[in-house]
Amino acid sequence: MFGDHYRTKVPIGALAGASLLCLSAPALAAPADDLATIRDEIMKLRQDYEMKIKDLEERLQKAQADADAAKAAAAAAQAAQSTVAAAPSAAPPPPPTAPEPLPTPRAPAALNALNPVIAAVLNGMVTTNSRNPDTARIPGFSLPEEARNVPRGFSIGESEVALSANIDPFLFGSLNLSFGNDNSLSVEEGYIQTTGLGGGFTIKGGRFFSGIGYINDRHAHDWSFSDAPLPYRVFLNNQYGDDGIQARWLAPTNIFLEFGTEWFRGDAFPAAGAANGGKGTVTAFVHAGSDINDSSSWLAGLSYLHARSNARDVEGDSFTGKDDLGIASAVYKWAPGGNPVVRNLVVSAEYFFGHEDGVFNGVPVDYDHTGWYAQAVYQFMPRWSAGVRYAQLRTEDLDPLLAGSTLDDLGRIPRAVTGLLEYDTTEFGRFRLQYTHDMSDIKSADQLIFQYTVIYGPHGAHRY
Amino acid sequence: MRTMMIGAVLLALGAATPAYANLNVFACEPEWGALSTEIGGDKVSVYTATTGGQDPHQVQARPGLIARARNADISVCTGAELEIAWLPAIVAQTSNPKIRPGAPGAFEASAFVTLLEVPARLDRAEGDIHAQGNPHIQTDPRNLLIVAKALTDRFSHLDPPNASTYASRLADFTTRWQAAIAKWTAQAAPLKGVPIVVSHLSWRYMEDWLGLKRVVALEPKPGVPPSAGYLAQVVDTLQKTPAKFVIRSAYEDSRPSLFIADKMHMQAVVMPFTVGGTPEAKDLFSLYDDTINRLLAAAKG
Repeated sequence: MFGDHYRTKVPIGALAGASLLCLSAPALAAPADDLATIRDEIMKLRQDYEMKIKDLEERLQKAQADADAAKAAAAAAQAAQSTVAAAPSAAPPPPPTAPEPLPTPRAPAALNALNPVIAAVLNGMVTTNSRNPDTARIPGFSLPEEARNVPRGFSIGESEVALSANIDPFLFGSLNLSFGNDNSLSVEEGYIQTTGLGGGFTIKGGRFFSGIGYINDRHAHDWSFSDAPLPYRVFLNNQYGDDGIQARWLAPTNIFLEFGTEWFRGDAFPAAGAANGGKGTVTAFVHAGSDINDSSSWLAGLSYLHARSNARDVEGDSFTGKDDLGIASAVYKWAPGGNPVVRNLVVSAEYFFGHEDGVFNGVPVDYDHTGWYAQAVYQFMPRWSAGVRYAQLRTEDLDPLLAGSTLDDLGRIPRAVTGLLEYDTTEFGRFRLQYTHDMSDIKSADQLIFQYTVIYGPHGAHRY
Repeated sequence: MRTMMIGAVLLALGAATPAYANLNVFACEPEWGALSTEIGGDKVSVYTATTGGQDPHQVQARPGLIARARNADISVCTGAELEIAWLPAIVAQTSNPKIRPGAPGAFEASAFVTLLEVPARLDRAEGDIHAQGNPHIQTDPRNLLIVAKALTDRFSHLDPPNASTYASRLADFTTRWQAAIAKWTAQAAPLKGVPIVVSHLSWRYMEDWLGLKRVVALEPKPGVPPSAGYLAQVVDTLQKTPAKFVIRSAYEDSRPSLFIADKMHMQAVVMPFTVGGTPEAKDLFSLYDDTINRLLAAAKG
């Protein structure tokens, strides 16, 4: 095989060499004067070409200048066209009957070019309370400071600034700074989140509110009432937020079905002391929801939180041990024909079951807590809504050794009834008047809150 | 409770069985759902997020919508911030990269049409304004042709094997639609120059198409419901510059337009605005048939 190839190649190479020799033969044979003529001719050719090149260069420069002038004069879109038209080597101009222009999409809407989306939530309230919130307690429960009633008189509650943006094609970032009444600045949330993992998966990491329950991961300004319902106050210190990681998966079904799990540091109530080497709290939740018809829809959820406490100190009470909390949530929304602007109704209820097992102030404890609330807010005409809420708590199976301690419910069932009247200037401005008859302590108390909440800046859409 | 849970899971699994369609379309408004079906035929399976009786500005980001958007290959929406109060929240919760803003599967019809009424001043004090201009482009059927072409390109980009089907369906639609536009325009000739009152600024493109003259709008600022004081001003304006009738879309609050109609002794006309907005507006063609019929009847009366 190889030999055959070699043999056929040799004659071709020889032939090529021979023909080259033949071609160059006349030049080699030429006399000296002929050489001079050729040299002259070459010089002439060169000059000729140089002239032509110079001419071309000049024309190109002129074209460039024309194009630049046109660019400066015409709009950005037309500039490109004039460059083409002015270029000497351009194709013949398009026929006078211009073809139907291709639809060119404009850039899709960006909320704020490359700046992060900045939104401010301003909150202000004035409160009267027949009982001093600083000394108020709820028998049977350790009440952390944040879970107390709002202070009497004027206050700004929690005003916040949120900065969020896509970081790159894969990540989204959000930072939420909250200003307290005492001028303290705190990072309420600061997390990164995947945006396009696909397959229904989303992963979030940083500091954020847990996805358990219904209202836990919404900011206070997004709640239907001015304060958190009793169970959120005593079980989660208003809402559970901590440093950690969250994974969620949205099932590929026509009804909404979402599963999620989280792993937190375990520094926030009911956890404390960042047990397990700073991985002290785990949660799991499932949410399901769908439309019933054009006017009504529902969302339901089951959540579980397991926390560990290392010497948790709440107002002088120490607890070390385990905390388990289960939450069942249900939400129903109604808006005639799917139009919530004129009238709409939101009914929601959540049931909490808590179990604590450990050592409380040196005494071994193993007891259950339960709590629930139900609320309804009805917008009866554009801008105006009214709402009611009922909440109650219960302590069970407490060790007699703890009689008289914080955990002693004193034979009472703490409960509260709340009424609400709300006026919205637009979806960005809101005034609320909220009255609570609070029977959570031995002596009942009355609380009246007048509150405004406004949002400005490009604020994202509200969640369900 | 337990049987309910099992039932729900079974229902969910049943619903998860993949449909034998090539493209899952999540249409924000009925007109785009109908147009997607015109172009895609049986090559697409269309879910329409809103009904003809629903205000597309104000929709709750319901769980059912999130579930549908999660499985979408393309979202076909108006854009120009019409859906800003609900769509971003839905898309963010789906983690579906196909319909994220900027992705080929995020189709915005308004991006292909020259928008009118672009606000000179961006300030929330001006009401619910759309920075890119008036988004209600479907009130002029000529815009549908432009969008149909762009939508065909997008379908073909996402589903190349069926590109020829989309192209031939577009050609068929274009022929029928151009004939229909000619018919509507001829029918609507008597409407030229007729002065009207509008409820929300939803009809700008139709006003341009038919030559209707808007005297005044019943909203002092876009999206802001009129106060009694403002309605008195409207009456004042109409006494100086009378109008023939007042129009509103089916989802809008009827009270302001009925009040003005009664006060000025003119008709209040409910317009379909989109497919399904009135019982007669069953598809894209009957939408404009009904629109023209209602306007002609009001102009006569």
